[in-house]
Amino acid sequence: MMGLFDNANVKTTPGKVEKQRIEIEKTKMLEIRNLHASVEGHEILRGVDLTVNAGEVHSIMGPNGSGKSTLAQVLAGRDTYEVTEGEIIYNGKNLLEMEPDERAREGVFLAFQYPVEIPGVNTNYFLRAALNAKRKHHGQDELDAMDFLSLVKEKAKTVQLNEKLLSRAINEGFSGGEKKRNEIFQMAVLEPTLAILDETDSGLDIDALRIVSEGVNQLRSPDRAFVLVTHYQRLLNYIVPDFVHVLVRGQIAKSGGKELALELEERGYAWVEGESAVAS
Amino acid sequence: MVEMTAEKNAYAEAFEIIEAQAGPSWLLPIRKAAMARFADLGIPTTRHEEWKFTNVAPIRKLDFALAEVGGHGVTPDRIAPFVCDGATGGTFVFVNGHFDKGLSKTGQLPAGITVGSVAEAVSANAGLLEQHLARHATNEQDAFLALNTALMRDGLFVHVPKGLVVEQPIQAVFVTTSESDPTMAFSRNLIVADESSQVTVVEVHVGLGTIPFLASSVTEIVVGDNATVDHYRVTREGELPDNGFFVGTTHAQQGRDCNMRSFVATTGGAIVRNDATAWLGGEGSDFTINGLTMIEGRQLADNHLCIDHAVPHCTSWEYFKGVYDDDARGVFSGRINVHKDAQKTDAKQTNMSLLLSDRALVDSKPQLEIFADDVKCTHGATIGQLDDEALFYLRSRGMMREAARSLLVFGFCRESLQEIRFTPLKKQLEALVFERLPHGNVFLED
Repeated sequence: MMGLFDNANVKTTPGKVEKQRIEIEKTKMLEIRNLHASVEGHEILRGVDLTVNAGEVHSIMGPNGSGKSTLAQVLAGRDTYEVTEGEIIYNGKNLLEMEPDERAREGVFLAFQYPVEIPGVNTNYFLRAALNAKRKHHGQDELDAMDFLSLVKEKAKTVQLNEKLLSRAINEGFSGGEKKRNEIFQMAVLEPTLAILDETDSGLDIDALRIVSEGVNQLRSPDRAFVLVTHYQRLLNYIVPDFVHVLVRGQIAKSGGKELALELEERGYAWVEGESAVAS
Repeated sequence: MVEMTAEKNAYAEAFEIIEAQAGPSWLLPIRKAAMARFADLGIPTTRHEEWKFTNVAPIRKLDFALAEVGGHGVTPDRIAPFVCDGATGGTFVFVNGHFDKGLSKTGQLPAGITVGSVAEAVSANAGLLEQHLARHATNEQDAFLALNTALMRDGLFVHVPKGLVVEQPIQAVFVTTSESDPTMAFSRNLIVADESSQVTVVEVHVGLGTIPFLASSVTEIVVGDNATVDHYRVTREGELPDNGFFVGTTHAQQGRDCNMRSFVATTGGAIVRNDATAWLGGEGSDFTINGLTMIEGRQLADNHLCIDHAVPHCTSWEYFKGVYDDDARGVFSGRINVHKDAQKTDAKQTNMSLLLSDRALVDSKPQLEIFADDVKCTHGATIGQLDDEALFYLRSRGMMREAARSLLVFGFCRESLQEIRFTPLKKQLEALVFERLPHGNVFLED
């Protein structure tokens, strides 16, 4: 059973120069520079610039089709999108050169907008494999079935997810709310460094929204950052962001503090869209 | 008499041997008629509608000879990997179509049940045998079925009397050996479950040796009123992946309010053709058949189902899955005949195929013939590759590509294997699936 989930790349000790760079960018967790991405030749992201520091919560808002989900998927490494220009530096490393699973082991987590149903594979089963892959990557001991189970019990409670669901096929027969809570549950187990939530709030009733938000708030810490992709301002009543960015036609058209979300709520996306059209 | 072509001479010679052997008087005319039918039909070509996608030219070209009794060199060790532990009702081993007592293991069975070899039952249970043997599986267009009837030697015989529930699964292992020349073996099984009885029978088919062989096996199952039969047919890759030609039929003859639950697992063989037929002849009966095929290399597996809903209020459920790698080929044909009076029939058929290579190929063909007007019949077939979205989902959590792929294939298979009620067999087949997958054994722990 050796060598299944361990990392393909043998880690080398960083050289002096690299070390220095990590030192300098210690708080700068994610830096997106002039990111262009397209799908089937159609450009969706047209020069996104964004810097996220450890401990911060950034909210990416914007109208439908502005590229919010594309940005989330590109960060996680979905290969349907082709990055044509720009770079993403994550904890001093070139994120775009990393495979999706490598990014995950390095601490990137994407909560899916539409969590996938996988027949025949239950959540606990795969999550333990995933967690152990990550632990191994960081030189930690793998969790055995017993330890894993108690971890699962604890984390499932935080998102009020029925444990029985976790021994069923992944997301199969789950309600919309259960699927989203399952995403947050997985996030809680994997304890990512950079968590990207892609419209996790969409379609949730207020109870589910509170549970999901509470799950996120519990994970907020000085060495962890969040990127919340959302269409609705309502989420931000429960998870208070440090920064709000408005994505319009593949570019960040406006950035501000949490009050920007309220202004957007009042004036609508058309307001920013109009401004951005004038600017370009 | 129909003139035999050169290609059929080997079979004619074999028939002479069988014909010369002593047997009950009622059986000989049946054998003769079957041989004549086979001579008429010949080994099918792809021009035959039911063999359109399965080219058995390799079988036609080979000169198979009947394997002799004994001297086969099969030891318990050699068959151990294929035997399923947990068949507490006993394991009956047939080598080249003959019962081998030395390799078999008796089990604990309740009083009243009769389990043994058909060859012995022909005299010991003459009445039952005459009533049922070769009386139910009678598809006149099936050349291999005719050949089996003409040349059958021995097989498993099970009779469960009225009201007896047999908790201990009974296993039959059919081994065909081929050490120097192509051999052929013909086994014929009969299971009779009387009213309100219940029994579980597992068939395992495997070949040992390195020379091509033809293994023909037919099982007739008579399910009495209110009885339940669980039946498993497992065809395994033997010591070589592609020297075995397996042709078989499982036929269920069903009475009233009875349940037949079948599972067909195929994990190897050059050509594996499984015909499963059911005659739902009593109201309120159910036929459920699930299947999993997992093949690779140049293997071919063909599952041909034909269910006759002859009376009202019967249900049938078919759920077949397949995983095909390399140049493997899969064929699925599901025919459901709903007869004129079979109102309120509820039939569902599903066939899902997963192609792991660009060269693998699957032909799936549902055929519904409905002559009643108040029925529910559905069918669905999907053929596809691993879901990219699902793969990305698993990888986005940190699982490496290979492991994620393996897990998806495993999940696909396991969903099907869940239907196996006989747990030791389910575990054994799960383990087999694990072994096939890269790094599969890691999942085995759970």
